[in-house]
Amino acid sequence: MNSVEGLVNQIQGLSTTASDVLSLQNLLKQADDSLHAESTRLLPFLDQLDPSKHSLGYLYFLEACTAGPVTKEQAGSYVLMIARFITSCIAEQIRLAPDKFITVCKRFKDQVLLLEEPLRGVAPMLTAIRKLQSSSEHLTALHPEFLLLCLLSRCYKAGLSILEEDVFEVDQPRDLFLFCYYGGMISIGKKWFRKALELLHNVVTAPMSTVNAIAVEAFKKYILVSLIHHGQSPTNLPKYASSVAQRNLKNLCQPYIELANSYSNGKIADIETYVEANKDKFESDNNLGLVKQAVSSMYKRNIQRLTQTYLTLSLQDIANRVQLNSPKEAEMHVLQMIKDGEIYATINQKDGMVRFLEDPEQYKTCEMIEHIDSSIQRLMTLSKKLNGVDELMSCDPLYLLKAGRERQRFDFDDFDNVPQRFNI
Amino acid sequence: MDGIEGASNPTMEEMQANGTGGVDELPLTSTSTRKNRPIVSGEPLDIEAYAGLYTGRTKIKRLMFIANHCDNPGMQLEALRMAYDEIKKGENTHLYREVVQKIDGRLGPNYAMDAAWCSTIERKAELRKEKLESELNAYRTNLIKESIRMGYNDFGDFYYAHGALGDAFKSYVRTRDYCTTSKHIIQMCLNAILVSIEMVQFSNVTSYVSKAEQTPEALDPPTVAKLCCAAGLAHLEAKKYKLAARKFLEVGPELGNSYSEVIAPQDVATYGGLCALASFDRTELKNKVIDNINFRDFLELVPEVRELINDFYSSHYASCLEYLGNLKSNLMLDIHLYDHVETLYDQIRNKALIQYTLPFVSVDMRMMADAFKTSVVGLEKELEALITDNQIQARIDSHNKILYARHADQRNATFQRVLQTGNEFDQEVRAMLLRSSLLKYDYNLRASRKH
Repeated sequence: MNSVEGLVNQIQGLSTTASDVLSLQNLLKQADDSLHAESTRLLPFLDQLDPSKHSLGYLYFLEACTAGPVTKEQAGSYVLMIARFITSCIAEQIRLAPDKFITVCKRFKDQVLLLEEPLRGVAPMLTAIRKLQSSSEHLTALHPEFLLLCLLSRCYKAGLSILEEDVFEVDQPRDLFLFCYYGGMISIGKKWFRKALELLHNVVTAPMSTVNAIAVEAFKKYILVSLIHHGQSPTNLPKYASSVAQRNLKNLCQPYIELANSYSNGKIADIETYVEANKDKFESDNNLGLVKQAVSSMYKRNIQRLTQTYLTLSLQDIANRVQLNSPKEAEMHVLQMIKDGEIYATINQKDGMVRFLEDPEQYKTCEMIEHIDSSIQRLMTLSKKLNGVDELMSCDPLYLLKAGRERQRFDFDDFDNVPQRFNI
Repeated sequence: MDGIEGASNPTMEEMQANGTGGVDELPLTSTSTRKNRPIVSGEPLDIEAYAGLYTGRTKIKRLMFIANHCDNPGMQLEALRMAYDEIKKGENTHLYREVVQKIDGRLGPNYAMDAAWCSTIERKAELRKEKLESELNAYRTNLIKESIRMGYNDFGDFYYAHGALGDAFKSYVRTRDYCTTSKHIIQMCLNAILVSIEMVQFSNVTSYVSKAEQTPEALDPPTVAKLCCAAGLAHLEAKKYKLAARKFLEVGPELGNSYSEVIAPQDVATYGGLCALASFDRTELKNKVIDNINFRDFLELVPEVRELINDFYSSHYASCLEYLGNLKSNLMLDIHLYDHVETLYDQIRNKALIQYTLPFVSVDMRMMADAFKTSVVGLEKELEALITDNQIQARIDSHNKILYARHADQRNATFQRVLQTGNEFDQEVRAMLLRSSLLKYDYNLRASRKH
């Protein structure tokens, strides 16, 4: 009892200057076990602490409090408390104990899900990410949790703000896998297929030593999105993908590979019967909607191809060539595509003719120049970053140790350029 | 719209000139060519004249090929009769049995199975083989290189005459170790090439042609011509029509009838002409075929091919395609060409379509369909395929049935490509940095575990 009260006093005293907080951190680490032992009695003490001043201490207490199993009623009050803590806590203090903070936030997510109100978690979780991460390039363990909440609450737009940032630093590979997978799903939900493809591509080609379920599911979606976006299946994984992925992924996603093959044959009837026959498999993977989108993208692909060959074409001919049932249906498809900006055309309803036009973009407008300029700037910063990483890498003792060793083994002639072994 | 109409008017005049020009010339050329046409023509193949061009095994093989691939029973029997007569002059009982079986008594008792002839031939063959073996053994014990070479060569000849091509090839190739002059090597190569062609193993042909060409001494012109023919055949078989055309065009006039056991000079003209037409562009066609004095002599032997090449070059596609149509049934009976006729014809037709559209801003598809003797719908399909393949830069106005040339806007295309490349680079680099970060994590983990 005394020790807890003493601890509260110490927290109140030692939360102002940076050096004090460091010593407090040591005290709290030592007291962590006893806090956990008395977790049931800690709740009243929390009122004595101010989350916006004593963030570190509050965090330790909160973590100890929420450690046990939680009922639905308790969860309601905890959620409020944690949300308030997340919004008011001081970033510098909680970064001293990132593990504790992550654990608390994960419990927060579980409790929100227990209440079946994922929407309540979205905003606090985003704040939590911002407070925890050292820069926007840093992928925290909370990123995937946040995206999961976005997905479950169908709040895709909130998720996009995180996805737009480039991520380079990763703590745990699992975080990245989940982050990219959920991110891919959010992008699919927003029909932002290019981004989705990029994220899923990252999962599939990420270095891995064993096949994992996330990669397998991502590969399935990767095939489908690639069909929708590019109109063809990803032929082969690039060389830099891990050998495990190259060897196993295709075998694990056989129905999807076959779907892609039948897509490339270009016969709508074939692909529809195939989808019908394998409906159960796609449905159990929760991919049926995406499969249907892929099938309907085939019409679009075929119509787009016609624009390359024809200047004018009657709706009847379009229907025949694209294997649609009636000119009416063809008209709807063409209309939709014109609306979405996927083709440039005008429909002459009197004669039932469609006139395909060229892309009106002339690359002369100010916006276009600005767009190009910003792309150039972005690429320049990116190349700089690449060079920086390259330099860092060539100074990394671990890398040099390995490279030096291999050098010695394969090249006897030019080992004077690079010292064979670095012991730093 | 004005601009387009202005552009399309000269088009139509031009096309009319094409059409009428073709019709005017047609009777002239056909009457002048029919007289001196020994082989291929619109009429059924004159088998006797055809067979007269060849000697040896290829004559029999070609006749049998015609018998197998011809629907006309009269021609079939004619071919089989001549094959029978030819085989009787030789010693190949295997082919003999095959032919007799094919004739199946349809040509009367004179062409029935002659078992007595077979057994005498086979008995003689046994004796001859034994004699050759003992001779060869004697040579081998004496270790006289030249005699051993001759011995193996005799063996090769013997096997070849009796139709054991595999053994013949082996025997000929074995002479290689005993060749002392480059003349011998060339003889060995030519023998090997001959047998390989009969065996339809054209990879061997290519390798022995290059072996023969590597001999240090200069080859005499007929041999060079023979090697060119063999190489051309090999390329043709491998569907490398451009290379085949180049080889056939190189064949010198010295060839004459000296290689009749493989190819006739008429064939050189047909194969070379068709391959060139299918694979060369206009300038190459002009420089290497039409202005080629050597090849002109060959073309004189097959005036129809000469005419169709000239028609093609002077854009008289209708008459050119008509010649091709006439030739087709006979080319299908050619042992080397039949497999490639369809592909070559398709390529020639596509080339003609492409060249027809090339100079114009807009083309009336009805006129074009007339020029190519096809329907507008069919033409539209063909054009669509070519445009999809990016072989014609144009777009079809299906409503007015006009084909408009499309001039790619280099500037826009460049912008598009630049932006796309930029995006790709962006994505690649980011993915790369991410992967390197993951790898680094893996490293750190392993390193921390070690300590």
